[in-house]
Amino acid sequence: MIRCSLLAASVLCIGGCMEVEQVSNAQKQAGQTVRRDTNPWSNEPLANGPKWSKGDRTSWEEQIKKRQLAQHEHRRIYE
Amino acid sequence: MARMKFLCDAERCIECNGCVTACKNENEVPWGVNRRRVVTINDGVIGAEKSISVACMHCSDAPCMAVCPVDCFYKTADGVVLHDKDLCIGCGYCFYACPFGAPQFPQAGAFGLRGKMDKCTFCAGGPEEDKSEAEFKKYGRNRLAEGKLPACAEMCSTKALLGGDGDVIADIYRERVARRGSKGAEAWGWGSAYGQPPKGAAPAAPAGGKS
Repeated sequence: MIRCSLLAASVLCIGGCMEVEQVSNAQKQAGQTVRRDTNPWSNEPLANGPKWSKGDRTSWEEQIKKRQLAQHEHRRIYE
Repeated sequence: MARMKFLCDAERCIECNGCVTACKNENEVPWGVNRRRVVTINDGVIGAEKSISVACMHCSDAPCMAVCPVDCFYKTADGVVLHDKDLCIGCGYCFYACPFGAPQFPQAGAFGLRGKMDKCTFCAGGPEEDKSEAEFKKYGRNRLAEGKLPACAEMCSTKALLGGDGDVIADIYRERVARRGSKGAEAWGWGSAYGQPPKGAAPAAPAGGKS
């Protein structure tokens, strides 16, 4: 009885020393963990700021593009 | 789809540090952390001194994102590389991976203990609720959610620093270069970066004035 339990314990101990095989997970990609941010166009525009329709990406992109082009002094002068 | 980028025109940057100050003020960046800085080479050499404003370049294939052991980085729909400070463990791997030295680490106590990483957010805040106090405290102002561009680019007095969709600002820069008569090959630094000067020739510094 004692011999059997000693044998079982030693088998368990040896099992604990085993190395688990590490397999790379092809599905896991960087940048996938954080998913709780919201998009800028989902916000209500400020009362005195640039205007777009809340939730409408296209209108947000249009107004931000207009703002980007304001960095172009030649175009700004001519318009 | 917009891919938000910065572009700094070295022919125009006058090293005023207005962008650095605008960033510090807009985002209330803590002491010891500079999300943006102006780098000057050939300082004091007449005709050869050039400055460029550098911050996170929001890389399309960001190395910081690839090396982060806790995967705290993410990319927004408009191509801005952001991170979650709740996940960051301050290991510093991103600092070693970044070719621009963008990730900054505040001293979070005695004995040089490193705090959570801080970097340029393209004034897009972080994963907290947009325009909330928590977002401002951790990441600074969310100007994109207000329909604005980063404060550094909008404050630049000579319009050397351009910010926005990569295609739009590249067009602005291209037109600017064409107007000032540089066709590309004589742009400052082009020869030294993309071609070796002939043997015995002087280093690729411009003879004087603007190149």
